Amino acid sequence: MITANSIILMLITGLLAGILGSILGIGGGMIVTPILTVAMGLDIKYAIGASIIVVIATSSGATISFLKDEMLNLRVAMFLEIATTIGAVTGAALNGVIPKAVLYILFGLLVLNSSYTMIKKLRGKQKNDAATNVKADYLAQKLRLDGSYYDKATKEEVNYQVKNVPGGFLMMLGAGLASGLLGIGSGAFKVIAMDNIMKMPLKPSSATSNLMMGVTAAASATVYFFNGTIVPHIAVPLAVGVVFGAVIGSRIMQHLQPKVIRIIFIPILLYLGLQMVLKGFGVTI
Amino acid sequence: MNKQEMNEIELIIGKILRVGVIISVAVMIIGLALLLIQGNGGYGSQFPTTFAAIGRGLLQFKPDAILMLGIFLLILTPVLRVVVSIYAFLKEKDYLYVYITTFVLIILAFAMIAGYWIGR
Repeated sequence: MITANSIILMLITGLLAGILGSILGIGGGMIVTPILTVAMGLDIKYAIGASIIVVIATSSGATISFLKDEMLNLRVAMFLEIATTIGAVTGAALNGVIPKAVLYILFGLLVLNSSYTMIKKLRGKQKNDAATNVKADYLAQKLRLDGSYYDKATKEEVNYQVKNVPGGFLMMLGAGLASGLLGIGSGAFKVIAMDNIMKMPLKPSSATSNLMMGVTAAASATVYFFNGTIVPHIAVPLAVGVVFGAVIGSRIMQHLQPKVIRIIFIPILLYLGLQMVLKGFGVTI
Repeated sequence: MNKQEMNEIELIIGKILRVGVIISVAVMIIGLALLLIQGNGGYGSQFPTTFAAIGRGLLQFKPDAILMLGIFLLILTPVLRVVVSIYAFLKEKDYLYVYITTFVLIILAFAMIAGYWIGR
């Protein structure tokens, strides 16, 4: 059943997903699942199983390039991981119950939304990372969620506080649920929880989100591993490809204008997202 | 515990994780090479999902068993991150976060049991 060709095809898919993911700044899972389902006709269940392994490979693979991330807030990460891991296990358990058509539609909408976000980013409006005067609320103080990081651009040590801890926690439950259900890293949701809701600066938010992605994915991946959703002949070549692809992608990034690549790939992403939604409604073009 | 010692602990954590990722990817590549050489995974259209079955397959050098081991090792790397963070917080005498991080580890262990149970 399994031929050398299909293994090599998966390796190449992973390699491309890894390169594109790091250039476009979206997780490998967002690219892998649409390709596997729309272009290759794979059952979305197995695409999600493979994709969650890709998410771990991306998150852990980053540790090969960076031994230690100065931006990381370990306390925020660990406290919010209570929410993301509970959400992830619930999502993985729900995956077997929810109709596949719903999974297609949800995933398609997510892809469309992330392409929309990319278009917005292209049109400028870069959010500046000003150190806002946030007052820590009771819970944030109790949990000592404040932190500091060194801003390379301004050459200053930035101290920050966070607030709205319950709101961020709830959003993280949702992020975990989406991650477990759809096999994605849901980094965008995590950044929204920390940056928009808890008012944590953007740089430590994204660094912390990257660490949390791996731990969150591990929670649902163990469920998928033991219930036979992770097919080794699909997941392994993809994961290996993604690890190497991400390394290549981060190298390319230093020499290339990502803007050009984004303009090329946003239509493709839009197309894939639309196809997934249509597939959910039983329409194929 | 001063900042210097904390930095050293974080560097050690980084190195442990790096070794974890490299080992799991190496196991995956060995499994893939064996799969390509033998032309099949050794299980027909099935693949092993229990520790017992994977263990037996490893002793017989079955490619799919090696691939599943590689996947499992990769899943364990973030778990390892949580375990070493407990140690780091303990060294820091930050007992609140020793509890919080231990709780995360318990959820991860529960996920494993749940997966095993759902898989039956």
